[in-house]
Amino acid sequence: MFAVAAIALLVTAALALARAALGPTVFDRLQAANTIGTCAMLLVAVMGFLNGRPEFLDLAIIYGLLNLIGMVAVLKFFRQGKLGEAEE
Amino acid sequence: MTLAAFVDLLSWACLLLGSFFCVVGAIGLLRMPDFYTRVHAASLIDTLGAGLILLGLLLQAGFTLVGVKLLMIALLIFFVSPTASHALTRAARLRGLAPLLADPLEQPPSKP
Repeated sequence: MFAVAAIALLVTAALALARAALGPTVFDRLQAANTIGTCAMLLVAVMGFLNGRPEFLDLAIIYGLLNLIGMVAVLKFFRQGKLGEAEE
Repeated sequence: MTLAAFVDLLSWACLLLGSFFCVVGAIGLLRMPDFYTRVHAASLIDTLGAGLILLGLLLQAGFTLVGVKLLMIALLIFFVSPTASHALTRAARLRGLAPLLADPLEQPPSKP
């Protein structure tokens, strides 16, 4: 069952990658990147259970946090054109 | 049927259903006609797909440290994924990306 879930997550990531390659706007690509990040997070968890060593979950937590921070940073950059200097 | 076998069966059902919703959301992400509908399809992966897969793993782990970590991951996805989707669609709307069926004369909302 873990193998089925892992294969389904890989298929999901592949389809999201196709959307990231096709996507007409930059927001489509960002959404696809976010989906790939979520899939990678779940895949880390599932692969830990598949190998019988579910100690990789810390990596999944870190991956999710980095996913959010990267996405918000890119969005802020697209909206304001700069990353530092809080707006007044 | 013992309790362990029942929990195993429930966990397998959750994993299979979560995988199904993940693939359905990905197909929607690929085939939907508009950016906003694509976000809608992709949020299915983050809520139902991830939630059911994590629930299946949690039933396998039981009351251990691994289960607590899985709960932390579920909580993280629960809070982070709607935030990311909202920020993304709001940035797209402020940027002037109109929905597919929108009135072309309607102006995008001004910056609050």
